[in-house]
Amino acid sequence: MHILIIEDDTEAAAYLVKGLKEAGHACDHAADGDEGYKLAASHSYDVMIVDRMLPKRDGLSIIEQRRTEGDETPVLILSALGEVDDRVTGLRAGGDDYLTKPYAFSELLARIEVMARRRSPSEVTTTYRLADLELDRLAHTVKRAGEQIILQPREFRLLEYLMKNAGQVVTRTMLLENVWDYHFDPQTNVIDVHISRLRAKIDKGFEPALLQTIRGSGYSLREPD
Amino acid sequence: MSLEVKKSIVAINSLNKIMRTTAFKLSAIYLIIFSIFATFLIVYIAFNTQVLMTRQLNATIQLEVRGLVERYRAGGLSELVKVIEDRSRRPGASLYLVTDFRGHYVAGNVAALPKWVMEKRGAVDQAVIYQRLGDVDQRKQYKAVVNVYETFGGYRLLVGRDIGERETFREVVEQAFIVSGILLVFLALLAWLFVSRKVLNRIDMIAVASRHIIAGQLDERLPVTQAGDEFDRLSDSLNVMLSRIEGLMHGLKEVSDNIAHDLKTPLTRLRNRVEVTLASEEADSQTYRQALEQTLEESETLIRTFDALLRIARVEAKSTQIEKIKLDIGAIAADMAELYEPVAEDEGALLTWDAPASQYIDGNRELLSQAIANLIDNALKYAVRHVSEQRQAPDVKDQDQEQTAEASLPKQAKIHISVMSQAGQVTLSVSDNGPGIPKQDRQRVLQRFIRLDKSRNQPGSGLGLSLVNAVASLHEANIQLDDNEPGLIFSISFAQALPDQQQEQDS
Repeated sequence: MHILIIEDDTEAAAYLVKGLKEAGHACDHAADGDEGYKLAASHSYDVMIVDRMLPKRDGLSIIEQRRTEGDETPVLILSALGEVDDRVTGLRAGGDDYLTKPYAFSELLARIEVMARRRSPSEVTTTYRLADLELDRLAHTVKRAGEQIILQPREFRLLEYLMKNAGQVVTRTMLLENVWDYHFDPQTNVIDVHISRLRAKIDKGFEPALLQTIRGSGYSLREPD
Repeated sequence: MSLEVKKSIVAINSLNKIMRTTAFKLSAIYLIIFSIFATFLIVYIAFNTQVLMTRQLNATIQLEVRGLVERYRAGGLSELVKVIEDRSRRPGASLYLVTDFRGHYVAGNVAALPKWVMEKRGAVDQAVIYQRLGDVDQRKQYKAVVNVYETFGGYRLLVGRDIGERETFREVVEQAFIVSGILLVFLALLAWLFVSRKVLNRIDMIAVASRHIIAGQLDERLPVTQAGDEFDRLSDSLNVMLSRIEGLMHGLKEVSDNIAHDLKTPLTRLRNRVEVTLASEEADSQTYRQALEQTLEESETLIRTFDALLRIARVEAKSTQIEKIKLDIGAIAADMAELYEPVAEDEGALLTWDAPASQYIDGNRELLSQAIANLIDNALKYAVRHVSEQRQAPDVKDQDQEQTAEASLPKQAKIHISVMSQAGQVTLSVSDNGPGIPKQDRQRVLQRFIRLDKSRNQPGSGLGLSLVNAVASLHEANIQLDDNEPGLIFSISFAQALPDQQQEQDS
């Protein structure tokens, strides 16, 4: 992917560029709002990572202007402001996702990868399939190797989200935000417990195990290599 | 500079200050408007009185002239002269003068008149100055309104009335006007001085108190007198504001104290670990890796604590940006219970809930959810530990006792969440069968970093209940901690949201 990073803290930006390059992405970096806007307007990126507070020009105004100019590149907003209302203003300005500083790099990577893929138009499917696992969004049914699996409503939504992002890494926070719509840190490993329950239902007694734990990041629903 | 000059400068300054007060400006405007109005009124009355009196005088005169003319027609000149002389002698007589065609005096009580008067006919439209016959001082002049009438044979008859009285009346009115005007200005000046000084005194008092507050005496309050006037009301509300600010400042200070105390310890640990690892001679990559992992873990804990602190501070500051909408606290509690139920099960605890839907309050979903999460987390943590401790303890006792103890011991940690509405209040409570909290500590646990567990070997930041407290106070809800016998019941009572017509129709 081709990624634009608009971030005034050069050291933080350098780590970001390094990490993203190691993950196989190409990065451009702008250290202030004006430069960031110029780059965003003159190149085509797959994802933009925009810090909210920037010298010369505020991050949200860049996003707003690019949106009115018809640029639909997914944007991840980085901010030290993490309250609910800050998040809402960020998303209203046209951001696709919001990450509060300090963040874990694995969290950022998982989010931009999911964000970039989300744009692909093959989204309006009613059935998700992965190996012999099948989820019917309309009938609300799940089958593994043709065998019906009974899930609680929340487990269904959890699996739905995992299948929608199959092959991608999703973090605990992403699950909490997207499946439960909570934006706070529950301090306990609530997500792990729910995942292990789901795993017991979809993976236990079947081969291969599809719901994998990615150490230091989160989870991924995928066929083992 | 001499003392005199200084004094006069001070006087000018204070006068300047008074002149710039609102009271002064208002009084000045009032005085000007009042003066214009009074002047207009007096002039209007005086003028109209004058006109009316003149008209009346003329009417009287004309009546008399008519009578005299009739007498003349009946008895000729001699009769007229007789009548006039007779009337002239009466006290307070009118003014009479009869002249022949050459203008020579024939009869009457007028000694001198301007010549032109006798040339006129009918009512003379201006006051005439004359001298009276038979006055001791012959030069004394009077003013009169006169009518002149010409009879056959060139004789002229003048009848008039003295207007000295009317003049006196006018003078009295004029004087009254001047005197009252002066009095008015004087009184207004006095009122200004009085009101302005009083106002300025109050303002100065408030200004002095404010300066103290600015200088850092946050416990100082603006003076409130017994008068109950607008200044008192202003001071009262400013005092309430100051109390609020003081509370916030106090909170801030508490936070910084707590940060110093509770965050420096892990930071020191973090630093020491890095230092020791770097200094170590035989450290291999495995050691480095381990140290880095521990550092990462520690920094994550620190970040969490910071986040929790910031969030509490933000909620406590009651940021108006925190959006509150009408929401179903029953549904939120049930959602949260559902989220934690597997966690409880994993830890061998039983989490049950009784949270019927459609119990509405005005609130912020995110914050309420987090508060409930913190309560469940807390209850779970303490109840699970308490139950396992209780079950381990009887090991030392002998067989018989163990069996009886076994029966009374709690078998399982139990958490129950309930939402109930009653009498306009919606009460959310989380109860457990853990160790409970001694009565004297129940308010204390709501403060930041307060953990009753002195050894602090239990995970947690001591911020969970502080956030609950802050969220409750943001929602103007009451917190109550009760004994669950055994355990703790933590209840938050919200005001029920007013029924919303639109929503009821929709559903």
